[in-house]
Amino acid sequence: MIETRDLTRRYGDTVVVDGVSLRMPERAFVSVIGANGAGKSSVLSMISRLLPMSAGRAFVDGLDVSATPGDVLARRLGILRQEHGVTARVTIRDLVAFGRYPHSKGRLTEADRARIADALAFLDLEPLAERFLDEVSGGQRQRAYIAMVLAQDTDCILLDEPLNNLDMRHAAAMMGLLRRAVDERGRTIVAVLHDINFASCYSDQIVAMRDGKVVAVGPPEEIVTPEVLRAVYGIDVEVVTVKGYRTVFFYR
Amino acid sequence: MHDGALDSAPGRSLGRPLGRLLGRSLGALARVRMSPARVLLLLALAALGLAIAFMTVGANGRWGFVLPFRGTKLASLLLVACAVATATVLFQTVSGNRILTPAIMGFDELYRLIQTGLVVAVGSGGFGDPRLRFLAEAGAMVLFACLLYRWLLARGERSLHLLLLVGVVCGVLFRSLSQFLQRMLDPNQFVVLQTSFFANFNTVHPDLLALAALGLAAAGFGVWRLVGRLDVLLLGRDEAIALGVDYRRTLTLVLVLVALLVSLSTALVGPVTFLGLLVANLAYRVMPTYRHAFVLPAAALVAAITLVGGQLILERVFALNAALSIVIEFLGGLTLLVLLARRAR
Repeated sequence: MIETRDLTRRYGDTVVVDGVSLRMPERAFVSVIGANGAGKSSVLSMISRLLPMSAGRAFVDGLDVSATPGDVLARRLGILRQEHGVTARVTIRDLVAFGRYPHSKGRLTEADRARIADALAFLDLEPLAERFLDEVSGGQRQRAYIAMVLAQDTDCILLDEPLNNLDMRHAAAMMGLLRRAVDERGRTIVAVLHDINFASCYSDQIVAMRDGKVVAVGPPEEIVTPEVLRAVYGIDVEVVTVKGYRTVFFYR
Repeated sequence: MHDGALDSAPGRSLGRPLGRLLGRSLGALARVRMSPARVLLLLALAALGLAIAFMTVGANGRWGFVLPFRGTKLASLLLVACAVATATVLFQTVSGNRILTPAIMGFDELYRLIQTGLVVAVGSGGFGDPRLRFLAEAGAMVLFACLLYRWLLARGERSLHLLLLVGVVCGVLFRSLSQFLQRMLDPNQFVVLQTSFFANFNTVHPDLLALAALGLAAAGFGVWRLVGRLDVLLLGRDEAIALGVDYRRTLTLVLVLVALLVSLSTALVGPVTFLGLLVANLAYRVMPTYRHAFVLPAAALVAAITLVGGQLILERVFALNAALSIVIEFLGGLTLLVLLARRAR
């Protein structure tokens, strides 16, 4: 379970996250939406202890993230960031194997290998497993990183823009996979999404942010409305229901 | 200073064939896909063969003299090889950059400043006990590194890049200070001082070797404990934290180890700037894995092969007892240019 209390982040006088208090439901897919610079990534970074908080606290499974040893947290919380920079020649299988580090500390057991194979299969990466990371496309690399996070086998997973670099087909497939990870494996996934329609079609709950504050929290039916979206993004949109899902038309 | 040294040295004429020989044999190694352990074994055999050749080839005289004389030289070459190679690989891993060397942190300039300061304070003649001087030099450099890292890393979210920039600025400061001091020296003392600015493998004091070996063993133990975490650090700061590595602690530890290793080698023979760059990148090429458990020993062995082999060729084939460091620096500098050119493309 993920919880934040008055999470705040300041840079000098600029407040980028302003007293965010959230309680994410368990075994659910939670999307965080908002305009650029709304503080979505900063909230995720603070929960994942990548960015120190100026004030407030964050808890994962009841553990205070600022006070819990990193390796304990690493067995409960998996994180995917936006940018990756690996200088070494690492294959996709090697990368996914790193996901087992919190459990095996580098010495892989048979159980670890099984998890790695499982994660590779789950993301359809088996044919690419021996390719080097710098020899595959951006989308394949993105999937490899997701596989690493899944191999980490944590109950909670934070994803910062998991659809980055993915085309329509792979984006839809990725959302389907994440949905399955929630439904079949009981994970809790919190993802920053820029595509409001993906958020609407796949989420159990949507957190909408603007200027560092949470504007609205609720299921897609409550959030994906012209009124709320105007408050979040500051534009007028049309909401259409297609196949039972609320979708947003904002292109013209 | 460098230009003058290069003109009088055989660096230019020797650099190319030596480089081609090295490049070709290592390239051949890289093409055949072998297990990391086999590559390591081959490198170890090559290093061993060269070491034996170094000890025995052209020895005409009493073994009682030849063996200790050459043994000292060999030991210092091996020590420097291990220290410089390990320090460079560690530094490149934590900085996530394969064309940086620890020299960017201003260690070489600090060494020159300490040397200059000593000459100014005590004069060129009486340096006193070489062991004391060695300890003072190594100690000063490690202390400087610890203070710098503590100051910069203690405040939380300071980035590594800031650390590197401060290192660069410190380097410039040290250089200006030592140049200022050098202007006040009399010319004779300056000449004595200048010889200590170039790595010299021929005049190592045997007493120092034991001390340096002790330091190297301590650093080696520290590195061995860190090997698994180093692999994770290759993924970058965020991923390392996500996988449960205590990033700040590990980074500080690694940088202090780098400081220890660099200061050992510098205090022993003088600054060697580009050797690390050369051997680390060769090691990355010949090793079919990213894992530090293999890459670190490979880099040390490549360094040993480069140094011992280079010294052997210089002494026996070309009958020149000239400065090996200059040839190595020449090759290393060339490597840097090649790496830069490749990146630019």
